[in-house]
Amino acid sequence: MGKVKTLDDLRKLKDELKSKTSLRDKSEHPESMVQIKVAMATCCIASGSRETINYLADELEKRNIEAVVTQTGCMGYCYAEPTIEVTLPGKEPIIFGYVDEKKADEIIEKYIRNGELVEGIIPMNYKNIEDTTK
Amino acid sequence: MSEYKIHALVCGGTGCRASESDKVIENLQTEIQKQGLSDFAQVIKTGCFGFCEKGPIVKLIPDNTFYTQVKPGDAREIVEEHIVKGRKVERLLYTAPDSDEKVSDSKSMNFYKKQIRIALRNCGIINPEDIGEYIARDGYEALGKVITSMTPEGAIKLIKDSGLRGRGGGGFPTGLKWELTRKVESDVKYVVCNADEGDPGAFMDRSILEGDPHTVLEAMAINGYCTGASHGLIYIRAEYPLAIERLKIAIKQAREFGFLGDNIFGTDFCFDVEMRYGAGAFVCGEETALIHSMEGNRGEPTLKPPFPSVEGYLKKPTNVNNVETYANIPVIINKGAEWFAAIGTEKSKGTKVFALAGKVNNVGLIEVPMGITLREVIFEIGGGIKEGKKFKAVQTGGPSGGCLVEKDLDTPIDYDNLIAAGSMMGSGGMIIMDEDDCMVDVAKYFLDFTVEESCGKCAPCRIGNKRLYELLDKITKGNGEQADIDRLINLGNVIKDTSLCGLGQSSPNPVLSTIRNFGHEYEAHIFDKKCPSGVCKALMIYEIVEENCVGCTACARACPVGAITGERKEVHKIDPTLCIKCGACEDRCKFNAVIVK
Ligand SMILES: Cc1cc2nc3c(=O)[nH]c(=O)nc-3n(C[C@H](O)[C@H](O)[C@H](O)COP(=O)(O)O)c2cc1C
Ligand code: SF4
Ligand code: FES
Repeated sequence: MGKVKTLDDLRKLKDELKSKTSLRDKSEHPESMVQIKVAMATCCIASGSRETINYLADELEKRNIEAVVTQTGCMGYCYAEPTIEVTLPGKEPIIFGYVDEKKADEIIEKYIRNGELVEGIIPMNYKNIEDTTK
Repeated sequence: MSEYKIHALVCGGTGCRASESDKVIENLQTEIQKQGLSDFAQVIKTGCFGFCEKGPIVKLIPDNTFYTQVKPGDAREIVEEHIVKGRKVERLLYTAPDSDEKVSDSKSMNFYKKQIRIALRNCGIINPEDIGEYIARDGYEALGKVITSMTPEGAIKLIKDSGLRGRGGGGFPTGLKWELTRKVESDVKYVVCNADEGDPGAFMDRSILEGDPHTVLEAMAINGYCTGASHGLIYIRAEYPLAIERLKIAIKQAREFGFLGDNIFGTDFCFDVEMRYGAGAFVCGEETALIHSMEGNRGEPTLKPPFPSVEGYLKKPTNVNNVETYANIPVIINKGAEWFAAIGTEKSKGTKVFALAGKVNNVGLIEVPMGITLREVIFEIGGGIKEGKKFKAVQTGGPSGGCLVEKDLDTPIDYDNLIAAGSMMGSGGMIIMDEDDCMVDVAKYFLDFTVEESCGKCAPCRIGNKRLYELLDKITKGNGEQADIDRLINLGNVIKDTSLCGLGQSSPNPVLSTIRNFGHEYEAHIFDKKCPSGVCKALMIYEIVEENCVGCTACARACPVGAITGERKEVHKIDPTLCIKCGACEDRCKFNAVIVK
């Protein structure tokens, strides 16, 4: 590592390093950004939810959308896996089923960017641990 | 490579390391590897979360799940359940003391809700041994800004406008101190960081140094640029090995990146930092004593003036600031004086870090805005008094402070209000006492500390505190007399008025404030020969209630000094002159016949 000679050098360096802590920076204010929960129980992983969570997190970052992507246990809609729950700031959470990469792309572009609903919404009928243990 | 989707932050502070957090880190890493998730989840060792009593702490990001008391053996379950399947490990979640319910994430914990973290902004978030993580969170930006685009006067003005006051105890305006040092003409000047931290139970400064060492280095360099100094010295007690190690790593990295050394940010400003070790004497935290200790002389205070800003280390102008004071500087530069001045009260701006200790549910390190009330700190953040007992008093300012009581609970905390209430801010120790604490005994505890730590240079402190201690000891042993209360008050005031340094000038405060607020407890000890809280052993009398005693002889057999006599099936008796008040008889009796008066 060479020495930092100017403030611009420092800022460039910071941009390169930003990703090291950006996940932690975001998690300090989750309510102000898009929150996505991906169901990650064994059954969901088998149907591709790990690919979905990776795709979502990387694409949102690439497309410059402030979002936190967390994982959660089985949501109980095993027939529609992989399932995700999307909460836009100030809105009620919405659950989408069969979220493969193509569907995820559509959700990002239509629902997250423009608030347009897309096909595949599942009506909510569960409580998760956050609701029961608060 | 794509980014990690989960960060597991594991506390690497002194408290958590003592309960094997290093091993937790190792096991988490192994388990993550076993699951083939090394690209998905990353383990990071951080500084203190402030929740040391329930350590080791593991926090999973981004959902802020807060696991407490994690053992190395729990690593597998955390990885298999939480990281692989997204299911929280419920048994490791924090339990709220008021509702007995599990709390799923740190955002919902009362402990964190009212905190504002400025000085502790990076503690428990970044890896303190990685300068890259500090830079990623605006590190060294303030230094760069100041030396490439501001004049020293301009930067000093900014600090003055922010209203920042020294966090080491005195509360002296920081910008003003820098200006005083700047104005003194000298070829060489020094910038010192006071990391002596000697208050019993205090660990604010240690946690900052362990969790975010670069912030102190950055602020010292800014101080050097503003005051015209090119040498920095950190005076730290040798009892803080982890903080020392992290500082050494930080200094090395900062030199490699060019934030310390010659021509910083391509300018002609040069600044470097060295460490000096103290042997852990309380009085060496006093700035003149600290300077003498650094010079290799005895750690004894000298009269001020001259103030260190004028004549300090090696007789050169020396700017001494506390660790926490420094930790605020980079944020103030980056966010502006107005932003900082908007937090707090009229004359005390920003936040203060406190170490909560004693009889509260959530013991730990907290950072709160000035102006918060003691009630909010103790009952909301602290989670109330342990075991549902009744609050009695809170000691702020450590051995130099005083106790505050029920009526003070709604006073907004700031430098001036605490003094008006008869205590002081001090460095941020906060010891909470409940109905079981005897206030005479508490005063005696602090005086014992002072007597031990007095450097002995001046008579009022050396002799006076010893006499205060003896009077208190006499009262707790049941030999107090009416005139003793006046003696304590008079002597206390003389010591305060005539001692040379801040130690003696404040050491009688615990005695004077307990007399003021709990005079009746002193009177009970002196006149009734009773300790109302049942703490002072010498004043307890063990007796056998005739009606309850069946003569089983269990107590007589349990007594280690043979103070109990009586025949089988006859009422027993305790000889008070032999009794050593160990309580063995009371524990043994099945008939509730032994009572304590
Ligand atoms: C007995 C005594 C002990 C002190 N201990 C400390 C200490 O441990 N740490 C500290 O920063 N200041 C301590 N101080 C205050 C220092 O003398 C000095 O005021 C302070 O370091 C200045 O920094 P600040 O303006 O940033 O608070 C102590 C003062 C006295 C009288
Ligand atoms: S007041 Fe106490 S500690 Fe301070 S110089 Fe006098 S003897 Fe030493
Ligand atoms: S040392 Fe781990 S929380 Fe304080």
